[in-house]
Amino acid sequence: MQQSNTYIITFSVILTVVLGLLLSGTSQLLGPMQKEAIALDNKKQILGAVIPGEEIAAMTPQEVNEYYNNRIASVVVDINGKVVTEQNGVAVTAETVDIAKNYKKSADERLYPVYMFHSDGNPDDVANYVLPLYGAGLWDAIWGYISLDTDMNTVGGITLAHAGETPGLGARITEPGVQARYEGKTIFDESGDLVAIEMQKGEGKDYSDDPHSVDGMSGATITAKGVNNMLQNYLGYYKAYIENKKSSTAVAVL
Amino acid sequence: MSAETVEKAIATKPAEALLSKRRKKLVSDPLVDENPITIQVLGICSALAVTTQMKPTLVMAISVIFVVVMSNLVISLMRNTIPSRVRIIVQLAVVATLVTLVSEVLKAFAYDMYKELSVFVGLIITNCIVMGRLEAFALGNKPYDSVLDGFGSALGYSWIILAVAFFRELLGSGAVFGLPVYESISSLFGPDFKLATNGLMVSPVGAFIILGLIIWVQRTKTGYVEH
Repeated sequence: MQQSNTYIITFSVILTVVLGLLLSGTSQLLGPMQKEAIALDNKKQILGAVIPGEEIAAMTPQEVNEYYNNRIASVVVDINGKVVTEQNGVAVTAETVDIAKNYKKSADERLYPVYMFHSDGNPDDVANYVLPLYGAGLWDAIWGYISLDTDMNTVGGITLAHAGETPGLGARITEPGVQARYEGKTIFDESGDLVAIEMQKGEGKDYSDDPHSVDGMSGATITAKGVNNMLQNYLGYYKAYIENKKSSTAVAVL
Repeated sequence: MSAETVEKAIATKPAEALLSKRRKKLVSDPLVDENPITIQVLGICSALAVTTQMKPTLVMAISVIFVVVMSNLVISLMRNTIPSRVRIIVQLAVVATLVTLVSEVLKAFAYDMYKELSVFVGLIITNCIVMGRLEAFALGNKPYDSVLDGFGSALGYSWIILAVAFFRELLGSGAVFGLPVYESISSLFGPDFKLATNGLMVSPVGAFIILGLIIWVQRTKTGYVEH
């Protein structure tokens, strides 16, 4: 009896339904907590571009939220660098912009959040501008945040994350040691053209003389290329905003 | 004499003790003599990948224990109803569900750990120890025995990966569970003294070396020879 086709099919259907219900139930139950965890992680990544990772690791979730609220202001711009406050009648804030979803639209339709790291309680005293990045690695999406100093040229720091790069190879983009290579590099060349920063092939060379190159990751050239493309693309999308800020700070200095 | 004991005496076969000699063997055998990693050489992939630090290794070990024990229990409970022609698929579905549960719980309550272990939690599904115990034991034994058997095997796996992780973190990063052991030792010998860490131990190669040494020591002691 147990070998009849009817029995096997019935058994499979019941098993599938029971397991399916179990999984969707769990997903429903844990969904809100996962969303919170992801939002917190996002904040940590944004902060990671401006303050050392160990400092963030030592904070409790409440402290991270508090620090974020006190020190980060945000604005959303479009491809032309104009501030966007609402879209299709819905208010837009940087925290509600889903970079991954926007990535699916064409570049000039996307919304671009900008996070400003400012001194405690004074949103006008901006120290760094943090811009999100998003692109494709070898296997799956990669993303991150890059912070620019007020000259809108020097990189203050970068955080990189990935969905499924190879552990030990491409996944090394999350290592502090790899991310530290970007610090102090510049994204504009002497003639003022946007050249971004390129991670080179091969590892162990010294690029301290070259402001637009960083040491590569051995065995992860394609992930590095993905990071390069992502930087080039996203800094390009923010170019209008960056140029805008640059000229306004130049005026302020005068 | 109370009524209870009389009833027991009448029973044709006395119930086996909760932790009889045979059952203790179910748990203790996989720890050394039938160790899934060092003797059966199963689950090597994750043993190499997650063992750079103690903390993620511990989470991985707990996850594997949970999955192996629960899947053994579930499959053993269903063993008389599972059609033998689709039994592998059924096992896979149960294991995959349990692994997804673990992954979802980690994502909700330990997101950093979830990110760090990334694909390796999902890969518990393909860990040969899980399916191996289901095929070899749970399909033909009662639930309680199956749970003990699964617990033993998972424990055998766990202590090996924890041992590997201990040496890799100590020698590679100079720490145990994130505590900077090397720093405190160095400071005992004055400010200029510094214990050097070995970068090789952080790479997967380090795991091979440590695992090889553990297997060597173990086989020298037990006299086990591959047939």
